[in-house]
Amino acid sequence: MANELACACRKRLPSGLAVDAAFRLPLDRATVTVLFGPSGSGKTTLLRLLAGLERPDEGCVQFRDQTWFDSTRGVSLAPQLRRTGFLFQEYALFPHLTVRRNIEYAARDPRKASEWMSRFDLTWLSPRLPRSLSGGEQQRVALARALAAEPALLLLDEPLSALDSPTRGRLRQELRRELVESGIPSIIVTHDRIEAMALGDWMAVLIGGVVHQAGPIDEVFRHPANVQVAESVGVENVLPGEIVGRAEGLATVRVGGTRLECVDSGETGAVCVCIRAEDVTLAPGSAAVSSARNRLAGRIRSLVREGPLARVEVDCGFPLVAVVTAQSAGDLHLNPGDPVYAVVKATSVHLLPR
Amino acid sequence: MDWQAIGLSLRLAILTTAILLIVGMPIAYWLTYSPRRWRFLVEAVVALPLVLPPTVLGFYVLLAIGPRSPVGAIYRVLTSGGLLPFSFPGLLVASVLYSLPFTVQPMAGAFAAVDRKLVEASWCLGVSRLATFRRIVVPLAVPGIVTGAILSFAHTMGEFGVVLMVGGNIAGVTRTVSISIYDQVQALDYTAAAETSLFLLALSFSVLALTYSLQRRIWAVWPTS
Repeated sequence: MANELACACRKRLPSGLAVDAAFRLPLDRATVTVLFGPSGSGKTTLLRLLAGLERPDEGCVQFRDQTWFDSTRGVSLAPQLRRTGFLFQEYALFPHLTVRRNIEYAARDPRKASEWMSRFDLTWLSPRLPRSLSGGEQQRVALARALAAEPALLLLDEPLSALDSPTRGRLRQELRRELVESGIPSIIVTHDRIEAMALGDWMAVLIGGVVHQAGPIDEVFRHPANVQVAESVGVENVLPGEIVGRAEGLATVRVGGTRLECVDSGETGAVCVCIRAEDVTLAPGSAAVSSARNRLAGRIRSLVREGPLARVEVDCGFPLVAVVTAQSAGDLHLNPGDPVYAVVKATSVHLLPR
Repeated sequence: MDWQAIGLSLRLAILTTAILLIVGMPIAYWLTYSPRRWRFLVEAVVALPLVLPPTVLGFYVLLAIGPRSPVGAIYRVLTSGGLLPFSFPGLLVASVLYSLPFTVQPMAGAFAAVDRKLVEASWCLGVSRLATFRRIVVPLAVPGIVTGAILSFAHTMGEFGVVLMVGGNIAGVTRTVSISIYDQVQALDYTAAAETSLFLLALSFSVLALTYSLQRRIWAVWPTS
C-alpha cells in the first residue's frame, strides 16, 4: 500500500457549512503538512474527521494500509484505534493530574514517560499541575503527551494560537524541529501565513470547506491553483527564497530571479523572506544612490489609493507590494506600467527558517 | 428519643446511598454520553420520583415487589420464602427508586460539565471509553458525585410516604425516624416528637454544612469542575 493519507469525505455541519475534503498526502515527502485557510473554513472539523472524533456523512479515509472510514463498507474506526496524536488548541491537559501523570497517562511505561519528560525539558515541572504552567510550558507538555502515545499521525489544531506573540515566534521554530525530529507525519491547522511558511513542507488550502490545492508549500505560494487560493495565501511580501551567500554580516538571498541583501540572522538554505509593505520605498529611475542595499528595478503593476495611502504593486521579478503616501505617489507621478525602483533596506528584510 | 428508629433510618440511608452510587453512575453516564434521540424518555423516568406523590410511587413499588410479581417471586426463590413488602430489603428497593433523581441529576450535571476536549484527548491517546470515564471524568466530577450522595442520604433520612406504603410501621424493621415522629405526634407525646425532630433538623443541617464546606475545598483543588 502506498505510504499516504487519502481522504475524500463529506460532512454537513449544523452551521450550514459543508466540508467536502478530497486530498492525498504522500507521507514520505509531506512530513509537516499545513492545513491552511481562513477562519470558519472547516479546518478544525477536517482534523476531527481524521481523528475519528467526528463522523463524516459519507466518503472514505485511508491511512497507509488501514481504512479509517468507509461509508460504503460501514467502516468507522474508533479514535483509540486510529492512534492519531491530537493537540488541541487549548492543549486539553488533564487538570487533576500533575505534569508527570499527564505524560504517564499516554506512555506505555513510566520509564518511557521519564524519557519524554527529559527530552522536552519537563522534568523540573514534573510535580506541577497544568494550571500553574505558562502557555509555552503547557504546549510542551501537550506535545510530549501526544508523542508519548507513539501516534502514527499527529494532528495539531492551531498549536501556537493560545500563546502570546513573542513566545509564539520562539516556539514556532522549536515546534518545527520537534516535529521533524519525531519523524511522525503531522498536520497543523493554521490561518497564519508566516506560521504556515515557517512550519510546513506541504500545504493544503481549505476554503469554504473545500480543499482547493494541496502540494509542496513553495508551489502553493508560487503557483496558486486559483484566485481563491491566491487571495487566501495573499502574498503581501511573504516570499520563498534561498540563502545563496553571506559576507560581513550580510546574507544574500535569492527570490525568484532577483537577489536581496539582508542582515544575516544565521539561517541557511530555504527561508521565507518577509518584507512589510510599509518598508518598501519607491524611487523614479533617475534617483541618486542611497544607503539602502536593495534597489530593485521593476514596473508598476497596479496602484490603489486607500485614503491617505496608496498601495502599489511592483513587478520586480517577483511581486512586491509597497505602501506609500498618496501624496508621494502623486509627486512621483506613479502610474501603472511605469518603470520604478523599489528600495528596501537590508534591515527591513526578515528571514524565517523553513 | 426513638434511638431504634434513628439507627434504622441511618442504616437505610447509608445503604441506599451506597447502592445509588453504584446504580446511578451508569445511568448518569448514559444520560451524558448517549445520543439525544431517546434520552428525554429516560430523563423523564429518572425524574419521575421528584413530582410523583410518594404514596403513588409507594403503591406501584408495593405491587412491583409483591409475592405474585416477578421481582417478588425471584426474591422468594433466592431467600427461600422471603417477602419483600413490609421488610427492610423491600424498603431499600423503594428508597433507591425514590432517591434516584437526587443522585443521578447532580452526577449527570457534573459529568456533562467535564470539558469534552479532555475526554476526546484521552480517547486519542488510545484509552478506552470506560477507562477514560474512570480516570478523567469521575475524578473531575467528584463534587457532583458527593452532592448526589449527600442529597440522597438526606432525602432518604426524611422519607415518609413511600416508607409508610411499602414498609408499614414495624419497630426495628421498617419504622424509620419520620414515622416514629408521626407516631409520637399521634400519641400526643410532643416532647419526644420535639426531641426527635430537633435531632433530625440538626443532622440535616450538619450534613449540608459539611457538604458545602467540603465542596469548596474540592473546587479549590480542581477548578475546572
